[in-house]
Amino acid sequence: MAAATATAALAPGQVTRAAEAGYVEAPIRAFAIATAFWGVVGFLVGVAIAAQLAFPLLNLDLEWTTFGRLRPLHTSAVIFAFGGNALLCTSLFIVQRTCHARLFGGNDAAWFLFWGYQFFIVMAALGYVLGITQSKEYAEPEWYVDIWLTIVWVAYLVVFVGTIIKRQEPHIYVANWFFLAFIITVAMLHIGNNISIPVSLGSSASYAAPAGVQGAMIQWWYGHNAVGFFLTAGFLGMMYYFIPKQADRPIYSYRLSIVHFWTLIFLYIWAGPHHLHYTALPDWAQTLGMVMSVILWMPSWGGMINGLMTLSGAWDKLRTDAALRFSVVAVGFYAMATFEGPVMSIKAVNGLSHYTDWTIGHVHSGALGWNGFITFGALYYLFPALWRKKGLWSEKLVAWHFWLATLGIVLYITAMWVSGIMQGLMWRAYDELGFLQYSFVETVEAMHPYYVIRLLGGLLYLTGALLMAFNLWKTVTSGEARAPEAQAASAIPVAAE
Amino acid sequence: MFGWLRDHGIIERNVILMAVLTLITVSIGGLVQVIPLFAAETTIERVSGMRPYTPLELRGRDIYVREGCYNCHSQMVRPFRDELERYGHFSLAAESMYDHPFQWGSKRTGPDLARVGGRYSDDWHAAHLRSPRALVPASVMPPYAFLDRPLAVADIQDRMRALRTVGVPYTDEMIANAAADLAAQATPDADATGFQGRYARARQGAFDGNPAVVTEMDALVAYMQMLGTLVDFRDVTPAQLRQP
Repeated sequence: MAAATATAALAPGQVTRAAEAGYVEAPIRAFAIATAFWGVVGFLVGVAIAAQLAFPLLNLDLEWTTFGRLRPLHTSAVIFAFGGNALLCTSLFIVQRTCHARLFGGNDAAWFLFWGYQFFIVMAALGYVLGITQSKEYAEPEWYVDIWLTIVWVAYLVVFVGTIIKRQEPHIYVANWFFLAFIITVAMLHIGNNISIPVSLGSSASYAAPAGVQGAMIQWWYGHNAVGFFLTAGFLGMMYYFIPKQADRPIYSYRLSIVHFWTLIFLYIWAGPHHLHYTALPDWAQTLGMVMSVILWMPSWGGMINGLMTLSGAWDKLRTDAALRFSVVAVGFYAMATFEGPVMSIKAVNGLSHYTDWTIGHVHSGALGWNGFITFGALYYLFPALWRKKGLWSEKLVAWHFWLATLGIVLYITAMWVSGIMQGLMWRAYDELGFLQYSFVETVEAMHPYYVIRLLGGLLYLTGALLMAFNLWKTVTSGEARAPEAQAASAIPVAAE
Repeated sequence: MFGWLRDHGIIERNVILMAVLTLITVSIGGLVQVIPLFAAETTIERVSGMRPYTPLELRGRDIYVREGCYNCHSQMVRPFRDELERYGHFSLAAESMYDHPFQWGSKRTGPDLARVGGRYSDDWHAAHLRSPRALVPASVMPPYAFLDRPLAVADIQDRMRALRTVGVPYTDEMIANAAADLAAQATPDADATGFQGRYARARQGAFDGNPAVVTEMDALVAYMQMLGTLVDFRDVTPAQLRQP
């Protein structure tokens, strides 16, 4: 099942050791449930705000339900609540199994992480609805929430590194490199981008320390690397564990893993300025950001190849294993989004695409296709594993989920390509007399059909997620229990040389 | 060339080494791109006219932030012909030098607002905010009629002091007169010689149409009406705009 190699070779006694280790599981089950729950919430809010853009009456004339307040609720619910719980869940599950060590700090530390993180989510979400925001995209929570998250995050780092230090394997498995880089870098970004002065200790409001152009550069250094490390490095950790496990194959190339890891984490950090093309940011910074963004295509695809080629010799499983299908198609969407990204970072393309729905479509091919699908694949693997079931309650529902979600993404991103490119072209269109051809509101009006199609795509994706939640629920409550001796038979997927 | 790869096992066996090398690797890009920007003489254009927000404008900006206007409106005109004709002169770094944080935005579901100041009347803004589709039938903007409520001003001095801490040049005199200046700007016929002296080119008005109460609507409209108006581009020379 696993090729013995120089790295992390499996000692014959590992199965026994795994059984003895007595992994922490209850908090990880809670994280798995929270992932599914927040996923549904995040998608639901996304559908709601997509509907508002198509039918503005749905802003409901209430201050708490305007698009301006709900949009951060959607992005945070999806990135930090759904994605964050998925990352905590999988990283804590994987680090124990690949280190053959019980989680550092045991159940107590893991429960602190669980409740501490949920508290962060609820505090942030309540703030958005009440209008408490720093107005920095993906870093909207105010200073008191930021401080709390810092505490939880440092605890996470301690638990994760502590477990690695306790490991019984000589080598640290590649998935853990990515999780480690994700935890460290997100800490750096979070602190670096949230330096601010509260109005007073009794006030929820604050003012950011940097102003204008410096603030913009720091924000997008953060913002792009929230994508690069939260939504990429961490999720690559999932890819490097679940795809080999589900396919029952070793990782395609150990050497490629090393090159992938170091080049990806080095290059991602430079890409931020492509969010600021043609702004008041000095040209040298824009050009540097563009060049590095284009170079970033290579490590992105290197990692994609490493993930997909792991299927070598096991491609037939895609026909029968719907959960693996999610994981593999996720890598396909990753490939697409990480090709589209560098293209959009080229200034000439960005001049058209920036400020339009093309960006929204790009983000969603990554978020829905890559982050969503790799998480669904992981959840379909984790629920039977964590609740000791023979398998999922219904494989058929997984297939339904897969096709509904895929169709939803296709509708979503094609609608956004058309509306984004069309709006960009309409803004710069001139009539034969040399006047601007369209008023701004005419370009808004032209978006309406695409916003309806996008809404439909989102509804399909949400429906799929609801099927998943139901299927996971039934797996827990009425799935067939697994024979006890099978529990310990989990091994680490290892890299082939 | 790739000989070092054979030694990667050293890093794989030592989590502290791996963590330190990771931190170094991920720090480089940010340091290179961010630190030079704090050399303000090469980043911020040397134009005149910029001043801190008046207390009323500042509270209006707070409301702009609170309502998440940046989710749909940019404040950053790019140097393209169509944007020049649609919005005006391209935005300068200097024009957001007192913005903590910046409001450049990333999406134009609605138009750019960097130079919206003075383009429409106060009445238009108030009516449009209350009911966007009454004025622009195809608009998808949410209605903001709830802004017709009294503006909270109790912490205005705390706000100005916090901003002074992060570098906005509010003087002691500005902070001491904050409440009076705020009221004076929202009352068209108030005596405002002190206020006008402290904030150049600030305009008084009954921004929401009702001078009796200072509302959130007053503050937001006052803020929008000054956006992009501080730098007089008739006085600006190409040399002043140079960013190396």
